[in-house]
Formats: sequence, C-alpha cells, structure tokens
Amino acid sequence: MNPDNYLILSALLFTIGAVGFTLRRNAIVAFMCVELMLNAANLALVTFSKVHGRLDGQVFAFFVMVVAAAEVVVGLAIIISIFRTRRSASVDDANLLKY
Amino acid sequence: MNPFSPALLEVTPATGIFAWAWLLVAIPLVSAAILLLIGKVGDAWGHFLGTLAAVATFVIAVSMFVTMLGTDEAGRAQSLQLYDWITSGSWNIGVGLQIDQLSILFCLLITGVGSLIHIYSIGYMAHDERRRRFFAFLNLFIAAMLLLVLADNYLVLFVGWEGVGLASYLLIGFWQHKPSAATAAKKAFVVNRVGDMGMAIAVMLMLATFGSSQFSAVNAGAEHMSPAVATGLGLLLLLGACGKSAQLPLQSWLLDAMEGPTPVSALIHAATMVTAGVYLVTRSHAIYAHTEWASTAVVIIGTLTLLAGAWIGCAKDDIKKALAGSTMSQIGYMMLAAGIGPAGYAFAIFHLVTHGFFKANMFLGAGSVMHAMDDDVDMRHYGGLWRVLPITFATFACGFLAIIGFPLTAGFYSKDHIIEAAFEHNQVVGILALVGAGVTAFYMTRLMLMTFAGKKRWQKGVHPHESPLVMTIPLIVLGAASLVAGIVMNSWISGWLAPAVGGGGHGEGGEAHAPTWYAGFTSPVGLITLAVVAVGVVIAFGVFGPRREIPETAPATRNPLTIAGRNDLFGDAFNETVFMRPGQALTRGIVAVDEGGIDGAVTGTAGAFGGLSMLTRRLQNGFVRSYALLMVVGAAVLGGVLVLSQLG
Repeated sequence: MNPDNYLILSALLFTIGAVGFTLRRNAIVAFMCVELMLNAANLALVTFSKVHGRLDGQVFAFFVMVVAAAEVVVGLAIIISIFRTRRSASVDDANLLKY
Repeated sequence: MNPFSPALLEVTPATGIFAWAWLLVAIPLVSAAILLLIGKVGDAWGHFLGTLAAVATFVIAVSMFVTMLGTDEAGRAQSLQLYDWITSGSWNIGVGLQIDQLSILFCLLITGVGSLIHIYSIGYMAHDERRRRFFAFLNLFIAAMLLLVLADNYLVLFVGWEGVGLASYLLIGFWQHKPSAATAAKKAFVVNRVGDMGMAIAVMLMLATFGSSQFSAVNAGAEHMSPAVATGLGLLLLLGACGKSAQLPLQSWLLDAMEGPTPVSALIHAATMVTAGVYLVTRSHAIYAHTEWASTAVVIIGTLTLLAGAWIGCAKDDIKKALAGSTMSQIGYMMLAAGIGPAGYAFAIFHLVTHGFFKANMFLGAGSVMHAMDDDVDMRHYGGLWRVLPITFATFACGFLAIIGFPLTAGFYSKDHIIEAAFEHNQVVGILALVGAGVTAFYMTRLMLMTFAGKKRWQKGVHPHESPLVMTIPLIVLGAASLVAGIVMNSWISGWLAPAVGGGGHGEGGEAHAPTWYAGFTSPVGLITLAVVAVGVVIAFGVFGPRREIPETAPATRNPLTIAGRNDLFGDAFNETVFMRPGQALTRGIVAVDEGGIDGAVTGTAGAFGGLSMLTRRLQNGFVRSYALLMVVGAAVLGGVLVLSQLG
C-alpha cells in the first residue's frame, strides 16, 4: 500500500477546510469546514498508524472523533441561539468580543 | 594605672528595703496607667491618686536614704536584677536597678520636688478640665525619670531617657489647642532626637567595645579601651547630654518649652529632667577619666552655655523665659564642673540638687505670679507685687538669694565650689564662670525688681491676689530648702558621693577641698565672687531700681547684644540656615531624583509597554475568520521552520 495517496488526500481535505473556514461567512459552513479539517487529520493519523504498524494513531483518531462529536453539540447549540437572537448566521456579524 | 582613674564602685546585691526599689518606678507608672485608662470616673479624685503616688515614692526614697546612711560605705551601692531583657548571642542585657550614693540623691530630688509640685498642681490646674490627664503625665514623668537614674546599664537608662522625653513632649504640648504649644512640643522632641542619636550610637559603641552596656562592665573595661573609642564615647554621650540638658548647640528647645504649664516648667524643665545630662556625664566618669578631649569639650560647652543662658536671661521680658535662660546657665555651671573631672563631680551634683530646690521654687513662684496676673507673663506688666503677694514674694526672694549666691544660702556654697574648681582647672574658664556669676546676679535682680518692686504697671482688669494654701505651702518648703540646703550638705556631699563618682573628697588633693561653712569668706576666689555678685546687683538696682520708669513695652534698641539676647542668640535662625534650609534643599533634591529619575524610569518603561500593547491589541478585532487566518499563517510558518531546520 502506498501511503502517499492517503496523505495527499488528507492534505487536500485539510486545505479545503482551512480555506473554506477563512473565506465562508455562514457559521454552518464554517463549522463543516472545521469538521473537514478534523477528519483530514484523522485520515493522516490512521495512515501513519498503518505505516508504522502501531495502533496509537487509530486510538488518537477515536479521541478526535469523540471531541468532534462533543464540539458539534456545543457549537450547534451556540449557532442556533445566536441565530435566534440576531437573525443571522454570519460569523462576521458576531464580532462584539474584541479590543 | 592612670592616677586619675577612680577606684571602681563595689556593688553588692540588694537586700532589705533596697530589694523593693522597683516599686519606685512601678508605683507612678501604675498610677499613670490607671489615670489614663479610667476615664471620666477619675476626674474627681485623679489628682489625689497622682499626688499620692508621688508622695509614696518619696517615702520609699527617704527610707532607702536613711537605711543607706546607716550602712557602712562598702555596702551602700546595691544592685537589683529584675529580669533578662535581651538575650542574643553573646549579649545578655538584663533590666536591673542600681541604688548607690548618686542615684539615691537623684531619687530624693525627683520624688521630693516632684511631690511638692504635684501638690502645687492641684491648685494651679484646678480650673483645667484635663487635670486628671495632667497628673497622669506627671506620674509618667516621675516613673521614667526614676528609671533613668536607677538603671544599672546604659540601655535601660536610655529607656528612661526616652520616657522623660516623651513626658516632656506631652506636657509642653499639654495645652494642645494653642498652636504655639504644639509647635514648641514638637521642637523639643525633634531637638532631643539629635541628642538621643548620639546617645544611641554611644550605647551601640559600648556594646561593640565592652560586649555589655552595664555600668560595672563599662567602668571595668574603660581602662583598656583605645583613646579613640574613649573620645568617641565621651563626645557621643556629651551630644546626648547637650540635647537633654539644653546645652549649646542644642539649646533652642528649652525657651520654647515654657509654653507648657508652669509646674511642668518647674519640675521637668528646671529641677529634674534637664539635669539628666549632668547625671549622664557624672555616671560616665570612668570614660571621661580616659579622654582629655571629651572632658575639655564638656568644660567648653558648659562655659559657653552658662554665658549664653545668662545673656538670654538678661534680655527677656517674659518671666518664664528669663528663668529658662537662667536654667540653661546654671546647668552650664554643672556641666563645667562635671567636665573638670573627679574634683568637680560632687560639686556638679551639689549644685544640681540646690538648683533643683531654688529653681523649682522660683518657677512655682512665677506660676503663682501668673496665677495672680491672669496668666500674663510679661514682667513689664508687673511691678509692686510684693504688697499683694507677700508669701510668693518672700519665697521667691529665698530662691533669688540662693541663685545669686548670697552668703550662707544654697547657691553660695554650691556655686562657689564650681567657680573655685574652675579657677584651679583653667584661669580663663574660672574668669568666665565668675563673669557668669555677676551676670546671674544682674538678671535675677532685674527680674525681682521688675516683678515685685517699683510702680504698678498692671493691665486693666487685673486684680492680683495671693494663691491658695495648696500652692503656697510647696513654695514655703522649697524656699526654706533654698536657704538651708547648701549649708546642710556642704561639708557632707563630697565625702558621700566620692565612692560613686570617683574622687572628690577622698585621696590626695581631695582633703584640701573638704569645705567648711565659712570657706567662701576666706578664700580669695570666694571674696572676689561675692564682690562680682554685689556689682551685678548694684548695676541692676541702678537700671531697674524702684524709682526708675519701666516702659510697658520693650523699648526699641540698636544694641546688638540686647537684640541677640531677645532673639535667643539667634539660635533658631542659626538652626534654620545651617540645618533646616540645606536639609530641605537636600530633601527636595532627593525627591526630584526620585520622581524624575527612578519613578521616571519605572513609569516610562510601563508607559512604553502600555503603548505597545495599545498597538498590538488592534489585532483582536472580533472577526473569527481573521483569527483563523492568523492561526493558519502561524502554523504554516512554524511548519516551514521545522522543515527548514530538518533540511539544514
């Protein structure tokens, strides 16, 4: 098995996620971009786990999934409550917490 | 062995009544505490408790004195160890009392005159609503002063020394509603600090040199110390003595101290506390025996002060300030005698005791006059008072005769000895002391004539009346003491004090001094002194005689001597230009360096960081996507660095 393809895929996914997060204003989309970056990282972890023949990477991938699930719960709740009060899901509108 | 170095005083542990010596300090201290803490309940009887405490200490002191008279010479000096105070390393400083021939005389003077002044104050302060507090302070003073003279080491002495300073401060400023009194109290305290500094350093030097501040250890070690240490100790102790005893150059506080109630002036600023410096020098005789320089400094300061005080006394119209100048001058005599060495110590103490009587007497007399004249102190508003204040006049006259050295009165004996000793020591000093005696006669006669003789110059609405018995009885007792104290103690005191002060009445050269009651009439110096005193009195009669007109305001004068005298010899101006202004300039300079330099650097650095963070915090703009971009860029840079370092 050649790990390069998997790693390239992982890098592509992460780049899409990162670029998407910085360019898109919709909070839901930004959120999905975050998930994309997390899963890209998971893919890399699993790949390296396979390469080195050890389970550490896979175990770590599980941890990331658990954290991601928890994050989704909290994050979606926040997005919804912001939408309810401000009638907007744009991340640029929620800019009151600053200097 | 140095022929001057005295035989050391043998001190034995206290027995019998001497084991109760601590009561002397404890009784007035407890009484003061009660009076201060009890509140208004004590207003009705507080003054009686205070007086009772003073009288109780007097009774104890007298019974100790009588016991000591009955003891043979070897057993007279006794020490009483109370408890360990400081134990640190090789130092072990205990609180102990030493009752010997010197301290018992002081105890008698302090408690005796103190009791009389307590009694007098009952009348004098009768209309003051803070009388209870006044008696508390007086008792505090008695306790501190007794601790000062009873202590058996310099550190405990220093506690008493500061205690009397505190009492003096509280009592000068007793009428604190008067700004002048508050200022005077502060001034006395500050000037005394200068002297206390010398005293404190002296104690440290003793601890460093002898490993102990106990009199016995210091006396024993004095022989082996280097001349430099001896001179240093002598001069530092002299500085302390100058502060407490209002000697030049620390004299400026005493005249202002007259702002306090008159009984305070009599007790603290005439009879007892201001003589503590003389006590200190006498107590440190073992040190001064080894340093010619410091002893000479004591003589010079004593001589200068006796002249300066007399000069001020001549120029003042305020009766209390004239007496204060006279106090300075008389203490100058004592200092002079103490500086002469073993030949003079007993005379210094002799004059100290007689001065305590006659000066307390005159101050209380002045208080009685003020009482009659509605607290007016200007002698130009007095005149002709002998008729309305007969008792005050008679007792004041006793004090007057004693201070000018009228034959057979107290001053005749005590001052004559000092002048004779001064002549034996140094002709110049002797002549100056003689001049001082003449000037003393002049200004005291002036004071008497202006107050009691001549025409009435009373202000409107003043109706003088004699003081109540509670005030006149102490006057009578002190007046009698002023007359007879000299002749009683004259032939006895030198021999009595000899073991405690080293030399004097004993040993070679001492016997020649064993004085007789008529010595003042036979020795040439005695006769010259009498003549000089007579001249002083005659001049005063010529200028201020009963027939002379005395203007009600001090006439303007161009005489520089008079102007200097009226301005306390410009002591305040001197302090102001030499110490205060440069001191203020220095303080201002330091403040400028502190604010401009040190604070500037600190606040400047803080400001720079503050400004920098004002700039960088703009990055925190609230847009999540810009944060994300920064993170990505940061991570990319970090990754790049890692990769590049791997390649390198």
